[in-house]
Amino acid sequence: MAEAQNIPVGSTTAGSIAVAAESTVATRMSAPPSYDVADFPVPHGREEEWRFTPLERLRGLQDGTAVADGRIRTEVYTPDGVTQETVGRDDPRVGRAGTPVDRVAAQAYTSFEKASVVSVPKETVLTEPIRITVHGQGGTAFVHQVIELGAFAEAVVVIDHTGDAVVAANVDFLVGDGAKLTVVSVQDWDADAVHVSQHNALVGRDASFKSIVVTFGGDVVRLHPRVAYAGPGGEAELFGLYFTDKGQHQEHRLLVDHNAPHCKSNAVYKGALQGDDAHAVWIGDVLIRAAAEGTDTYEMNRNLVLTDGARVDSVPNLEIETGEIAGAGHASATGRFDDEQLFYLMSRGIPQVEARRLVIRGFFAELVQQIGLPDVEERLIAKIEAELEASV
Amino acid sequence: MATLEINDLHVTVEAEGGAREILKGVDLTVKQGETHAIMGPNGSGKSTLAYSIAGHPKYTITGGTVTLDGEDVLEMTVDERARAGLFLAMQYPVEVPGVSVSNFLRTSATAMRGEAPKLRTWVKEVKGAMEQLHMDASFAERNVNEGFSGGEKKRHEILQLELLKPKVAILDETDSGLDVDALRVVSEGVNRVRESGEVGTLLITHYTRILRYIKPDFVHVFAQGRIAESGGAELADKLENEGYEAYVKGGVSA
Repeated sequence: MAEAQNIPVGSTTAGSIAVAAESTVATRMSAPPSYDVADFPVPHGREEEWRFTPLERLRGLQDGTAVADGRIRTEVYTPDGVTQETVGRDDPRVGRAGTPVDRVAAQAYTSFEKASVVSVPKETVLTEPIRITVHGQGGTAFVHQVIELGAFAEAVVVIDHTGDAVVAANVDFLVGDGAKLTVVSVQDWDADAVHVSQHNALVGRDASFKSIVVTFGGDVVRLHPRVAYAGPGGEAELFGLYFTDKGQHQEHRLLVDHNAPHCKSNAVYKGALQGDDAHAVWIGDVLIRAAAEGTDTYEMNRNLVLTDGARVDSVPNLEIETGEIAGAGHASATGRFDDEQLFYLMSRGIPQVEARRLVIRGFFAELVQQIGLPDVEERLIAKIEAELEASV
Repeated sequence: MATLEINDLHVTVEAEGGAREILKGVDLTVKQGETHAIMGPNGSGKSTLAYSIAGHPKYTITGGTVTLDGEDVLEMTVDERARAGLFLAMQYPVEVPGVSVSNFLRTSATAMRGEAPKLRTWVKEVKGAMEQLHMDASFAERNVNEGFSGGEKKRHEILQLELLKPKVAILDETDSGLDVDALRVVSEGVNRVRESGEVGTLLITHYTRILRYIKPDFVHVFAQGRIAESGGAELADKLENEGYEAYVKGGVSA
């Protein structure tokens, strides 16, 4: 078992941030984590971490043939008090929250030119969100983004992906002691986009991290949200919603590494699928290490299959190395549209199209309410409506 | 005057080993202002009759007719039947997660009335109806039937009955699972609707208990997929004393 390593963190927090320790047990990865792409063999598709992914549609991100030739327009809106820097690979904050765990993440780490670091100083409480808009204008790009919050800072970050691009990325969240970070990542890509990204959150002592992942667009979207704790008392909430259409592959692979005592985690992902060869994959790995006494964790995945021809792979996985925990559970369910709900609503005069819309909006409602940003919520509801219009 | 007319209705349901006939020729006419109680043992087909009229996809109509004021109900979709004036209070109303009662009621009222009710009068209307059913205001913010107790589900059904004002209301075992207090509150709700004189009521029940609160004009005994005997309120007393045994064993045929 790797020990969490404490390193001083300088100006961002009064406490310290640990380097996340990776587990090859819980992740069931075929190679140990590494920053160097050469440490990973080119996947052939039968590895545990790649077996659901259509490698032939990754445009060479996985085999070294992808060349950074793309243009991505990134705009960062930073409220007062927040800084944004462009730094090199040698910056100590880059890669601190987590190590790449697969070949594409390592390729992104090896290939990015400059990393972007957005910092919220300690004890700064933002009243408006930091907004990062990433707009693809064709071609391939490798990205590294760091968001760091100093101790007791509070911030909401919205990362919005649109346009056409082939992107491999690592996004690091360094959440200082007692800080609160909410991140909304929206994948609203054009139909041909490919987006493979590892999110690494390192949650400080008594800090809270809330991630809301919203995936609608793209040809292939494969996200890997990961959480580890830098001290006791941290909380992580991982929410996700996806609407997987005809031919789309949308994969969300979560890992919560309970490596510190008295931490909490709660993951809820919900997806709707429609159309031939719509494919959603959800992997929920939770590891409770021997040291993580008092852990409280729950994870859930629900899928609503709206038409024939769609496919869901949902794999929750819980590994517990200590019996001294507060709670641990998981649930996964994939179901057809419930005809009884439809009948009930229609028997009250509500036409079928509207009844379906009510049920699906209801299905996502608990997650949409989690966002807490009216403009993003409205856009999501509009997006869900548009997806439904297309299906009726 | 609105009239629901059921003629020689035959209904099957898919079962292991093929279609099974549940309704074997039901004849019944319910007029506006009348209250009919349909009583019968478990498995006699009472609920099938209710759901077939409402248009549940599980049931296949193999013969007969159902008309509302001469219009062919069986040709209508489920929502069209509701908008034509049919209402079914369900025995087991389903949960609709993430959809609040207030959103549901307003969506339904909008569909039924052809336009969205004016917000101010609507809020008042809902609030008044809820108070009469002894429902707390917070009820409106809960998700439809989610985590409702048996009594809350039935009150919610009767709340819809009061707000949607159908021509013919079918109450499928609305009394089952209710304690005496809840039964009284729910029955009062049904009686308020009946007193308007504008609704025909088809009360499906296993027990005579509810008939102490809701007085029927006609009582029908349902057995083996058809109406076995019809009479006035006094027939319920006979059932109370003698039970369904005579009908189950086929001792009486209509």
